[in-house]
Amino acid sequence: MMDAAAQEKLISVINEKFEGEIIEAAMDKDFFTLIVKKERIVDIISHLYNHEDTKFQYLTTLFAVHYPDQNQIAMVYQLHNLSTNQRIRLKIFLSADNPTTPTLTTVFSAANWMEREAYDFYGVISQGHPNLIRILNVEDMLIFPMRKEYPLEDQTREDKNDLMFGR
Amino acid sequence: METVTNKINVGEKPEGHEGHGFFATRLDKVVGLARKNSIWPLPFATSCCGIEFMATMGAHYDLARFGSERLSFSPRQADLLMVMGTIAKKMGPVLRQVYEQMAEPRWVLSVGACASSGGIFDTYSVLQGIDRIIPVDVYVPGCPPRPEQIIDGVMKIQYLVENESLRRRDSAEYKAMLNKYGIE
Repeated sequence: MMDAAAQEKLISVINEKFEGEIIEAAMDKDFFTLIVKKERIVDIISHLYNHEDTKFQYLTTLFAVHYPDQNQIAMVYQLHNLSTNQRIRLKIFLSADNPTTPTLTTVFSAANWMEREAYDFYGVISQGHPNLIRILNVEDMLIFPMRKEYPLEDQTREDKNDLMFGR
Repeated sequence: METVTNKINVGEKPEGHEGHGFFATRLDKVVGLARKNSIWPLPFATSCCGIEFMATMGAHYDLARFGSERLSFSPRQADLLMVMGTIAKKMGPVLRQVYEQMAEPRWVLSVGACASSGGIFDTYSVLQGIDRIIPVDVYVPGCPPRPEQIIDGVMKIQYLVENESLRRRDSAEYKAMLNKYGIE
């Protein structure tokens, strides 16, 4: 967990080169979370990777979240500094109509499959990704199943009557 | 403890004419009897029903008692495809290829709710029953079914094997059924 001094340090490191990019910085439960503007996310992560004071050199995870009410898809990046054992979360918001973001594979090779997964389930296009194809679902699937506009249940079943389920 | 007697059950003799040194009966009865007691199953075990199958093959329940001692992990040599577990849509083409690689005569046993209908997994990624891609002879319900139920399903298959026409693959109905699945 990051104390207040470490949080301030992190923010100042980002502001050295990316003044005004941070929209919001707050503790989310016990996880320090920064919401940043989407355009320069890769540069910010690259900066945090290389900077002497941060060295966030391990990508714990990368995933998308759909917010149907705001018509937005968030991309979430969780980074880990293995020498000080600090973790941060960076979040950017994309329009759900056309979710595109530059690929993070230029910084972390580990982002390759995770960006494919975000594409597979949410349709997030990672521009510059070396192999942006579906990773878990069948290749000929037409939808992005984790988006809220698509029902969870298999739509090809004819034996399930809504009446039987009280709806 | 009761003493165990090593009594061997021999398959029931089909009807026929018997005399000194000869026994005459219908060929299909003899072949059916032989086939029924020498089914080689191909276990296609993808989840918990597969674990129940392992118990079924184990010493306590022992599917070998029904002539299915020898599992065939090559579809070419298998008579019975036992599908046990959730089949994801991505696994569908694999299952279908395995079925297509099996030589006639072949039978399919669908074990458990997932293989039979998708079970609790009514979701975009799971095949809602293997009968959407391959024909099924016997369904075993349960989630997962107990080994006794799996054995019961195998015995139902044995009944089919014994009583079906020897060359069911030549019948018009069988061909039409395979055609419906787009096989051959």
